[in-house]
Amino acid sequence: MEPITAFQAKIVALPIENIDTDQVIPASYLKVTDKNGLAEGLFYNWRYNADGSPNPDFVLNRPEAQGAQILIAGHNFGCGSSREHAPWALQGYGFKAVISTYFADIFCNNALKNGLLPIIVDTETYYQLVSLWEEEPGTTIDVDLANQTLTLPDGRQVDFPIDGFAKYCLLNGVDQLGFLQQQEPDIVAYERDHTATYSTIK
Amino acid sequence: MDRQPKTLFEKIWDAHVVRPESKDTPAVLYIDLHLIHEVTSPQAFTQLRERGLTVRRPDRTLATMDHSTPTTPRNTNGIIPVLDTQAAAQLEQLTRNCKDFGIPLYTLGTENQGIVHVIGPEQGLTQPGMTIVCGDSHTSTHGAFGALAFGIGTSEVAHVLATQCLLQNKPRTCAVRVDGRLQPGVSAKDIILAIIAQNGVGGGTGYVFEYTGEAIRALSMEERMTICNMSIEGGARAGMVAPDDTTFEYVAGRPYAPQGAAWDAAVAHWRTLPTDEDATYDHMITLNASTLTPMITYGTNPGMGMPITDTIPDPMSLSDPSARIALDKALKYMDLRPGERLLGHPVEVVFLGSCTNSRISDLRLAAHMLQGRKVAPGVRMLVVPGSQQVKKQAEAEGLHAIFQAAGAEWREAGCSMCIAMNGDELRPGQYAVSTSNRNFEGRQGKGGRTFLASPLTAVATAINGCVADPRELLMTA
Ligand code: SF4
Repeated sequence: MEPITAFQAKIVALPIENIDTDQVIPASYLKVTDKNGLAEGLFYNWRYNADGSPNPDFVLNRPEAQGAQILIAGHNFGCGSSREHAPWALQGYGFKAVISTYFADIFCNNALKNGLLPIIVDTETYYQLVSLWEEEPGTTIDVDLANQTLTLPDGRQVDFPIDGFAKYCLLNGVDQLGFLQQQEPDIVAYERDHTATYSTIK
Repeated sequence: MDRQPKTLFEKIWDAHVVRPESKDTPAVLYIDLHLIHEVTSPQAFTQLRERGLTVRRPDRTLATMDHSTPTTPRNTNGIIPVLDTQAAAQLEQLTRNCKDFGIPLYTLGTENQGIVHVIGPEQGLTQPGMTIVCGDSHTSTHGAFGALAFGIGTSEVAHVLATQCLLQNKPRTCAVRVDGRLQPGVSAKDIILAIIAQNGVGGGTGYVFEYTGEAIRALSMEERMTICNMSIEGGARAGMVAPDDTTFEYVAGRPYAPQGAAWDAAVAHWRTLPTDEDATYDHMITLNASTLTPMITYGTNPGMGMPITDTIPDPMSLSDPSARIALDKALKYMDLRPGERLLGHPVEVVFLGSCTNSRISDLRLAAHMLQGRKVAPGVRMLVVPGSQQVKKQAEAEGLHAIFQAAGAEWREAGCSMCIAMNGDELRPGQYAVSTSNRNFEGRQGKGGRTFLASPLTAVATAINGCVADPRELLMTA
């Protein structure tokens, strides 16, 4: 994975709480066996009308939202299904980060494994960002992963938390499977000390 | 000797730590059982191939076909035809992956195939004290046995395939204490819908739930599975119930259950798992089962639920703008108005199935209520057993004949209309009462509208042709 450091990007807000991964990427897109083509299905049922034409009322279809790379969404973003297709679709579409007051656990894990930043802010900052989008669509903010800060256009800085190990992996492009493989001696020792009490699956 | 009191979760966690959490790294946790299905595994196998890796413990891994499989009748050769070419390709890919990596697979239509969370317990693979994962959020179901079971993403599926381990930060614990006794017509599904309505779909984020209390102890294993299944709908990664005699009786004699001396040793170990009396949880929520009524959802997440006799809440009563927009949007999607009652609301479809409520006890209960009655004209009722084993058992008991005589469709096993990937779906605008676990927009078919409820409420609704309170039917029975 490419290391992530700091970037500046346009924001777009979807201020709805509990957006589930069935909305992020509907199940009809889960029949793929690779990660391609998922951007097309991102928020499909919100982005498109029943006849397949773009829904002009949906925020991602607005001209000011074009090129946005930071999604601001209501709390518990990514709840529901464990489908990693959700972060794949968001990234495929061009998003680099999602900002919310908190994320569903599995979505957060999946996002971090793929270098899509789940950025947690307090409710006040969340609503400030929503207003910022509403008042000045097309606005950009700065994200600095190393320092764990967001910088708003007025210069205000907001800290955000992130799991230390995930941050280390993202900054250095370290892949977690590689890290787990290095634990081989410990895994072997564990298996030796905990002989299976379960029968072998056939 | 001083002993640190521990919760059920902590005992299982501690027993599976390969390398403890440190300042810089999460814990490395050993996984006893890894379940796989066609939808969330292909990209994980691709990753293994790209890196030239093998599956570390194929003997701890089991695959099944469930999500995108048709539930339509078999042809004259006894085969269930897969007409959807994309689904067929995905199933073929799973077959190839399992063959190449030596993983046992229950293919479509074979004896033990079924929904991944139905077959684990059914085969006796799900046992107390284990760590169990699957690329599926409803892996929480297996926690009913006093196992630590949770859903993972596809990257993590690759991690477990390659190393049998996961990197995990320790979640916090929350006791969900359910006191009292359920009244007639009220079931396990209503308990979990009430818990989620009370605490919201994000309320359990960061926690593992342990369901305790008199009402939980009184439940059968299949009812406990219904509750643990929907832990994820409350935001919790996992839900657990401490193992007891009910658990041991259920596991005993199943194909993968230990036998003889090994069984005795296993039970002796399992008896040490329940939370120590003096152990503490990080959080606690309570509910009284005695005051519960049948529950139903009106909105587009499982937390938008209410007692079946209540009226739909008003978005204007919510102070948080993002919550107000969400409820307003949900009611627009559902074409419902605040203050309205759902009782008497017409439905076109009733779905009895999914890993929440498709086990034999669910089908028995539903068939018992349907016996001698008819599905209302204009209502399509689908009965989809959770596994081929459930289907076989139901047919041996003649349940299928009751469903068919009532005018319901008796289908092959799978996820079916729970996720609507296989052609079993609602048409735009249709209303359904569903025994599944998710009422998200479009979940059961684009534009479809789902009311989540118990099997009893689903059957009462099928008979009446509109949302109905099962207690009334029980009174006239
Ligand atoms: S029945 Fe529904 S919830 Fe359960 S595994 Fe299948 S799709 Fe998921």
